[in-house]
Amino acid sequence: MPDLTSQKIPVTVLTGYLGAGKTTLLNRILSENHGKKYAVIVNEFGEIGIDNDLIIGADEEVFEMNNGCVCCTVRGDLVRILDGLMKRKGKFDAIIVETTGLADPAPVAQTFFVDEDVQKNARLDAVVTVADAKWLSDRLKDAPEAKNQIAFADVIVLNKTDLVSKPELAEVEARIRAINPYARLHRTERCQVALADVLERGAFDLDRILEIEPEFLDAGDGHDHHDHDHHHGHDHHHDHSHGGLKHYHDEDMQSLSLRTDKPLDPNKFMPWLQNLVAIEGQKILRSKGILAFSDDDERYVFQGVHMMLEGDHQRAWKDGEPRESRLVFIGRELPEQTIRDGFESCITT
Amino acid sequence: MKKFDPGEAGSIISVTDKVRPVAIGMPVTSVHFLGDHAAFVGAEESVAMVSGQGEISRVSVHGGGILCAASDGSRIVMGGDDGKLAALDAKGEVTLISTDAKRRWIDNVALHPDGAVAWSAGKTAFVRSGRAEEKSFDVPSTVGGLAFAPKGLRLAVAHYNGVTLWFPNMVATAEVLEWAGSHLGVVFSPDNKFLVTAMHEPALHGWRLADNRHMRMTGYPGRVRSMSWSVGGKALATSGADAVIMWPFASKDGPMGKEPAMLAPLQARVSAVACHPKQDILAAGYSDGTILMVRLHDGAEILVRKNGSEPVSALAWNAKGTLLAFAAEDGDAGLLPL
Repeated sequence: MPDLTSQKIPVTVLTGYLGAGKTTLLNRILSENHGKKYAVIVNEFGEIGIDNDLIIGADEEVFEMNNGCVCCTVRGDLVRILDGLMKRKGKFDAIIVETTGLADPAPVAQTFFVDEDVQKNARLDAVVTVADAKWLSDRLKDAPEAKNQIAFADVIVLNKTDLVSKPELAEVEARIRAINPYARLHRTERCQVALADVLERGAFDLDRILEIEPEFLDAGDGHDHHDHDHHHGHDHHHDHSHGGLKHYHDEDMQSLSLRTDKPLDPNKFMPWLQNLVAIEGQKILRSKGILAFSDDDERYVFQGVHMMLEGDHQRAWKDGEPRESRLVFIGRELPEQTIRDGFESCITT
Repeated sequence: MKKFDPGEAGSIISVTDKVRPVAIGMPVTSVHFLGDHAAFVGAEESVAMVSGQGEISRVSVHGGGILCAASDGSRIVMGGDDGKLAALDAKGEVTLISTDAKRRWIDNVALHPDGAVAWSAGKTAFVRSGRAEEKSFDVPSTVGGLAFAPKGLRLAVAHYNGVTLWFPNMVATAEVLEWAGSHLGVVFSPDNKFLVTAMHEPALHGWRLADNRHMRMTGYPGRVRSMSWSVGGKALATSGADAVIMWPFASKDGPMGKEPAMLAPLQARVSAVACHPKQDILAAGYSDGTILMVRLHDGAEILVRKNGSEPVSALAWNAKGTLLAFAAEDGDAGLLPL
């Protein structure tokens, strides 16, 4: 069977609070000589200074799905635009969706989970959030949208680092990590980031859940994984990771990681997970997991956005590979003890 | 338990040898008859006109994707992502009807038998009647579908959370038929008594226009993208399931409290339906490339095209009902004379 995933057009969602530098990054992507053609869905036509007949203005219409779940929203305009763009398949390599500064990325992501036609032709590649190093700490205090965008991100471009001192930068990074320790973080000035670091990430590709997140392996306790330095090669405090970094606990947005080396009972785990996202889905922004089920020689992987989950057997466990189950939740006011207890009850004894 | 295999492949009547194959050579999204010509609308830029003798001529219509098309038998009006609305007639001549000032996509188009044309860009619906004056109307969200009522100059504009009925020539305020959700396609019944929308979720919604009573038509596994009225508007044939779903509209209550008929079930999703203009038969195309002709009263099937290709994207009968045109998404097409 042909690899259908690779034929689907990758879609990058570009978010970021007002003034963080989204348009700068977008202009870079469009003007750089990379030999690729991008279709771009923007909310403000005029801001892009590049002539391209594949720039489409969007109205950012968020629609509720009629399936009885209140937080299940999609971008109706995106369904229509992607449908129209598919008529020009072959004329572009990838799609970038720029959201407004105040947008919640969830409806965009959910559009790719619920719409059959969208799923057939396109795949969500990653949510890229541009953050302003100078102002993000303040926005995290007063703008829930900014916090959402950080929590949701697969890639964070921490921009305007030239406008802050080293301690200020450490402060804002610690605040980001308190919310989302899993995203790839890149420090930039004027969004000077290698495009390979923001595009074609495969962050929603079940097969790449581990590949792209080495820190996922070391997650351990949910609040203690801010030792992110190893994967973007900065030259300070390598192995003794706690040195110098402040350790924040964001009051309402956290991540929670769970692990066990005992097999999970699929007949208990699946109903538990489905029930958890059905009840707490509004609080859970993102979820991911790699699971080892009892009497199952294959790894099972899943990911979710709010109440929506997708999962599949990925591959056989390798010889000698530890059969561990690992889960991560990022969300708002996560009921930590309830989740931990529920997870424990799914472990086979 | 043993499984009984009826050996279906051998038992069905086939007319596949009567089909005249046509190689369109581009992805096709719809087909319409203009006189003796079958006009296959491409996904981008052009229309392939195929004469009764099978000669193909390509006509360039848009400078990009062709997003919508409607035909009244004498012309096809198409909207494009180049912001243009253009008409193609049976002679192959293209007339530019309108250009959007902001070069917005023209998402929907509808034609009225008296020559009026309606189209939409974003949240705005436009109507140009025979006297060539243009009027516009804004709805609260992006227009999902347009349809003219069979009588009078009345336009149904489908959008998020309902349908607006607009009388372009009257001062009266537009009437809004509300139903939560996103409405993406809209049709009037030929007797002007019912309005039906295809929703973003896999369901149809209907209103009886006399009293605005709701009709929910659900149960589809996929979104309904193709709808066609049978002769006299007795039933509405729809795609979206593994069989053709036919909703009964012959009585004054329409499908209220009734079960739909399920015709021609296959192990594939119905992707296009076209009812015959004179007789109680229809053509159904499937996601695996199969095309069947189906008799409505007993569901008897005739094979027009075998499976094993791209989904069928276009199906149409000529006005007399003597010719069936079809195409798959990849442009593999054919004509079946009856």
